[in-house]
Amino acid sequence: MNKLNIDANLDDPDGFYAQLLALHEPLDEAASHALNAKLVLILANHIGNREVITQAFDLAFKSTPRSSHTF
Amino acid sequence: MPLNSQSELLYPYRRSPDQDRALSAPARKPVIIVGAGPIGLTVAIDLALKGIPVVILDEAEGIGVGSRAICFSRRTLEILSRLGCGDQMLEKGVQWNTGRVFRKDRQIYEFNLSPEQGFKHPAFINLQQYYMEGYLAARVQELAARGATLDLRGGNKVTALECFDDYVSLEITTPDGPYTIEADWLIACDGPRSTIRSLMQLDFKGRVFEDNFLIADVVMKADFPTERWFWFDPPFNPGQSALLHKQPDNVWRIDFQLGWDIDREAVIRPENVIPRIEAMLGPDVTFELEWVSVYTFQCCSMQRYRHNRVLFAGDSAHQVSPFGARGANGGVQDADNLAWKLALVIAGKAPAALLDSYDSERRQGADENILNSTRATDFITPKSPISRLFRDAVLDLVEQAPFARPLVNSGRLSVPAIYDESPLNGADDPSLPTATRPGAPLVDLPLPDALGSWLLKRAGGRFQLLVIDHDIPAKEPQGDTFEVSGIDIAIVRLSTTNAPLARPRYLGNAASAVYLIRPDQHVAARWTSYNRSAITAALHTAIATVSEPLSEPA
Repeated sequence: MNKLNIDANLDDPDGFYAQLLALHEPLDEAASHALNAKLVLILANHIGNREVITQAFDLAFKSTPRSSHTF
Repeated sequence: MPLNSQSELLYPYRRSPDQDRALSAPARKPVIIVGAGPIGLTVAIDLALKGIPVVILDEAEGIGVGSRAICFSRRTLEILSRLGCGDQMLEKGVQWNTGRVFRKDRQIYEFNLSPEQGFKHPAFINLQQYYMEGYLAARVQELAARGATLDLRGGNKVTALECFDDYVSLEITTPDGPYTIEADWLIACDGPRSTIRSLMQLDFKGRVFEDNFLIADVVMKADFPTERWFWFDPPFNPGQSALLHKQPDNVWRIDFQLGWDIDREAVIRPENVIPRIEAMLGPDVTFELEWVSVYTFQCCSMQRYRHNRVLFAGDSAHQVSPFGARGANGGVQDADNLAWKLALVIAGKAPAALLDSYDSERRQGADENILNSTRATDFITPKSPISRLFRDAVLDLVEQAPFARPLVNSGRLSVPAIYDESPLNGADDPSLPTATRPGAPLVDLPLPDALGSWLLKRAGGRFQLLVIDHDIPAKEPQGDTFEVSGIDIAIVRLSTTNAPLARPRYLGNAASAVYLIRPDQHVAARWTSYNRSAITAALHTAIATVSEPLSEPA
């Protein structure tokens, strides 16, 4: 499988989202950035496929306005 | 700011003979309900239909005005149909199934709440709460006129309460002065600021959301479709959210998220409200304000909904934020759950322990409602910069990546609770469809007219045995009802020939099925064939009675 799956693939999406936010809840902003960076590295390693990871990078990049997201 | 006033006195104060009794010999009633809102009236009607005398006390003398609940779910309509008010709700209400979610001025997402056909009732109707209360109050009066002991007393305010092992004593003030009245059972349906809860000094804990919402009901002629429209960051309310929803009589509900630091007094002045609405609707739409108010939302619950002889139902027991329409719809399910249990206990056919299952089943329902409405509110009102970052990331991705759609949360609309962990659940046969497992409410299906046209028109109000594509063994009773421990069980026979949707909804791959149905239309137990001793055991479980030793009938 060298194609990024962009269809819904998680059971209980609301539960996943709540779990993700709960993980951040005790952290300040800099710590949240550090946590997110580690999550990218950990999940990328788990995927272990550069083609898939490249597609994920492209999707994330092209859907992100150049300067709208600041803390 | 009520312009379309529905506040006529439907139940004006009238002196009751109970007020003339000696202080030492107050009247004792089987059931007193405090609060004539939608939940109190629903419980009262359900109990009256089961032959239980009920007194309802309310400090007001008529229906409340203003913008309150507007979205009523299919399950609520099913319950109110059982009680004789469903057709009026359906006739007056605005039906809708589609929701659209916008970001700025673009639609990013659309959902259909009822893709499946074959239900009497739509997924939702919108209807002003004052209409619902009016229909329920009229039904109370109709039943009373036909001989039910249903006594709705306006102008009666509870000021003190004393709980005893086997009854509750209430002090009431009225325009004619105070009196005392006693109840074997007291049901507190007196809203989120419950007087009964305060008098009993019981906790009501939870979370307050740091945000304000302007809720406006406006009257206008507009050709927006009958759908739920939700905006994230709309041009007319930058950085916040907004909601538009149609009600009958050309009334539209508009919610504007305002943020936390605002001048709550200033924001509801017409000179501030009107430009906001004009910016949303465009310059060509003329409208009148029916109601404007500012709210903050909270999610709270009591720890227990049964305190011996006092039962809490609706907002007095639990409160949710409005995203998902889970307040009134959850409360109606409380009423549905409580009435049959209390009626059996009062009739001496079930132990008082049955009422503990009201607490456990409805706390599960309330927990689900609070979880869902909390998550929706957290998505709409991110509580930290990082949660806003994730929320906006989801919204950035949603048009390009389908996986992001189920993460967009503008409210998860009310669905009935399925009591999976209920102590009242009996046997299950896992080969039957999961949607109708023990604990679940019946799923409606169309029937031939001779059989009552819809399953949920035939079901409920008492225990029933739904027998599908199956012949009850010849040695067993063949009539329309049989009795177990003093409780009548009515038999409803269906076949997949005349009710084809019984196949996917009740049989799956099984050749036949037998369902034991509770009076609130929830499944108690089910099998693939008839077995009298198994049915007897399941009935005992469903009324919290210790089962007698099983024995095959001779």
